[in-house]
Amino acid sequence: MTSTPRAGGRPRVRGGYHEGRFALLLLLPAAVVVFGVVLWPVVRTLVVSLYDVDSAMPGDYPFVGIDNYVQVFQDDRFYSVLGHTMYFTLVSTFLELSLGIAVALLLNAPLRARWLWRSIVVLPWALPTIVNGALWRWIYNGQYGALNGLLDTLGISQTPTQWLGEPFLALNMVIIADVWKNTSIVVFFILAGLQTIPSDLYEAARVDGAGPWRAFWRLTIPMLAPSIAVVLILRTIEAFKVFDIIYVMTGGGPASGTQTVAFYTYLQAFSNQLFGYGAALAYLIVLAVFALAMAYLRILRQNEMAGVE
Amino acid sequence: MKPTSPLSGSLTGITAPRPTRRGLLVGGGALGLSGFLVACGVGGGGGEKGGGGSGSGSIRALFMQQAGYSEDNIKEMTAAFMKANTGIKVTADFVSYEALHDKTVAAAPAGTYDVVLIDVIWPAEFGTKNIVADVSDRWPEEWKQQMLGGAVATPQYDGKFYGVPWILDTKYLFYNTAQLEKAKVDAAQLDTWDGVLTAARALKQSGVQYPLIWSWQQAEALICDYTQLLGAFGGTFLDDAGQPAFNQEGGVAALEFMRQTIVDGLTNPASTQSLEEDVRRVFSSGQASIALNWTYMYGLANDPKESQIPGDVAVLQTPSGPVGRPGVNGSMALSLSATSENQDAGWKYIEYLTSQPVQDKYALSSLPVWSSSYDDPKVVDTNPAVVPQAKKQLGDMILRPQVASYNAMSQVLQAEIQKALLGDKEPQQALDDAASEAAKLLES
Repeated sequence: MTSTPRAGGRPRVRGGYHEGRFALLLLLPAAVVVFGVVLWPVVRTLVVSLYDVDSAMPGDYPFVGIDNYVQVFQDDRFYSVLGHTMYFTLVSTFLELSLGIAVALLLNAPLRARWLWRSIVVLPWALPTIVNGALWRWIYNGQYGALNGLLDTLGISQTPTQWLGEPFLALNMVIIADVWKNTSIVVFFILAGLQTIPSDLYEAARVDGAGPWRAFWRLTIPMLAPSIAVVLILRTIEAFKVFDIIYVMTGGGPASGTQTVAFYTYLQAFSNQLFGYGAALAYLIVLAVFALAMAYLRILRQNEMAGVE
Repeated sequence: MKPTSPLSGSLTGITAPRPTRRGLLVGGGALGLSGFLVACGVGGGGGEKGGGGSGSGSIRALFMQQAGYSEDNIKEMTAAFMKANTGIKVTADFVSYEALHDKTVAAAPAGTYDVVLIDVIWPAEFGTKNIVADVSDRWPEEWKQQMLGGAVATPQYDGKFYGVPWILDTKYLFYNTAQLEKAKVDAAQLDTWDGVLTAARALKQSGVQYPLIWSWQQAEALICDYTQLLGAFGGTFLDDAGQPAFNQEGGVAALEFMRQTIVDGLTNPASTQSLEEDVRRVFSSGQASIALNWTYMYGLANDPKESQIPGDVAVLQTPSGPVGRPGVNGSMALSLSATSENQDAGWKYIEYLTSQPVQDKYALSSLPVWSSSYDDPKVVDTNPAVVPQAKKQLGDMILRPQVASYNAMSQVLQAEIQKALLGDKEPQQALDDAASEAAKLLES
């Protein structure tokens, strides 16, 4: 503890203690907010998941222990929506990452009006997901949608396709809408990573006889690894929790083919008022996201340690 | 509530073997937290509320944006109510039908809304779960005779009233007169579902690519269309013992009929992604000749601002099947939120909105719940095409199951019906699977 000089010049022996308390006081609002919006719901959801809560209203509900969790694992629909969620997560994250790297490489090149291209790329990300979903729902409309119109104009197909009419096709079309919006954030993560790679490394690689393709795989990708890891995990977490774009574009249909775990949780909790069961489902999502977040933190720490070395 | 000992155990369990200051703080915090959790109860936030209040002050009401009365209609009615009741200020919120149930549920514990619009399928759920108030004591006895039977049934469950009927509706058959004329189809053919199929084939031959459009998206709209056909083909949702029966003859025949119209290329394939508003848009753009929809479509499909076929729209009672022509009861009621602290003011607002003069005035958007309105020339003049059909149809309506777990049951049925419509399952198999799931839901 250090002593701090006071206005009168007399050192205050316990000044550090007061500073500590003051610091705690400053942190208090943030702590209250974090407790209120993060910790409290997490703890409360856990409690609710242990009871047979079948109404939104407060009341005495029977304690059922882990029964809700057992039911989740015996529920065929859960495995079905989990499959959709995994597919959505894997495909959307892969596409966003691949496209994000490609676009970032383009935007890192010495283009004319580069600032303009970079501004355009951020636009999809700036759109609220609900707006993006409504936009793509119109584009895909089988009756008067722009996509069928475009295919017709280009002479590719005169027969209108029901883009959201078949379960698997609909899931893929929702993925495209998600990729269109979220590739932007990947671009900016990767672009930031690209700008940390010294240009003399590419010079040295060229002198050593490496072509652009070899330089990309042997130099760019390894140097981008920390950025790729971070964005990969962030996008995986977001994709695993997908709800709003599904709600707007398909409502979980057709034939439940686009229902995800988060959407199913919402249905059980709010539409069916099975809050105990919904809480158990939500807690499983929390655990999955928590595991991903831990992986994220671990990778960040490894990167920091690699940087120190 | 029982104590949450496992929770407090897990948190206190992380302290070091020897008590340290941090350990004591964590342990104390955990004990305090668990005590707090025990004290708070589970379920939604907020405590026991609800009361008559002073009969004046501010109230908040939740409505839907589509079908029935328009947002502008409701704002006009509300302004007129506030002018007549200066001590009451009403704030009206609007959401889509698809969000109405969930918003009502989410807002219930906090008592955000004093008055809520509820669908005919929700009184069992909302009544048993104390989301809306039992208003049986407030219901004047004479209303039961003065209102149409389908209206009186709308807010009822287990002999109690959970609201006052406001939007009295069923699905009617709309058709494009110009397209029928071009295809040389006599509108009298549309009196039966077999006749509708014959007419649709003729319309297709005359150049209408898909003569039929339906609201068969995986949503309640799909169940409404299915209900109407289920009734026509002689099926029922539940048998006398309260067990699922839609997988028997009439229910299966209805679904086979639906699937066959897709196979024959008569139904627009966009139907499986369409809600009522999509049906209205497609029909109003002249891309379909025949459609089932609620009353509100007549006014909008004939409005030149909203439609490309104004003047070419006619409406009929729902077609008859082998057993009859019951219309789906798609009515809605205004209810008092059980947690409202100003129920007396809310009730005044409900009484005003459901009153005969107000309902008669807005009959073009939604038909009145009052029997005598249908003989009032002013009301008939407001909507001369629909009122005569309504007079016949509103006395013959079919209810969807009045059970607390209806939503979950409906979701199962929606998914299975869609599987049959898309050709992933045979109709019988799809309905058997739905019935098996529904039976479990009814037991729980």
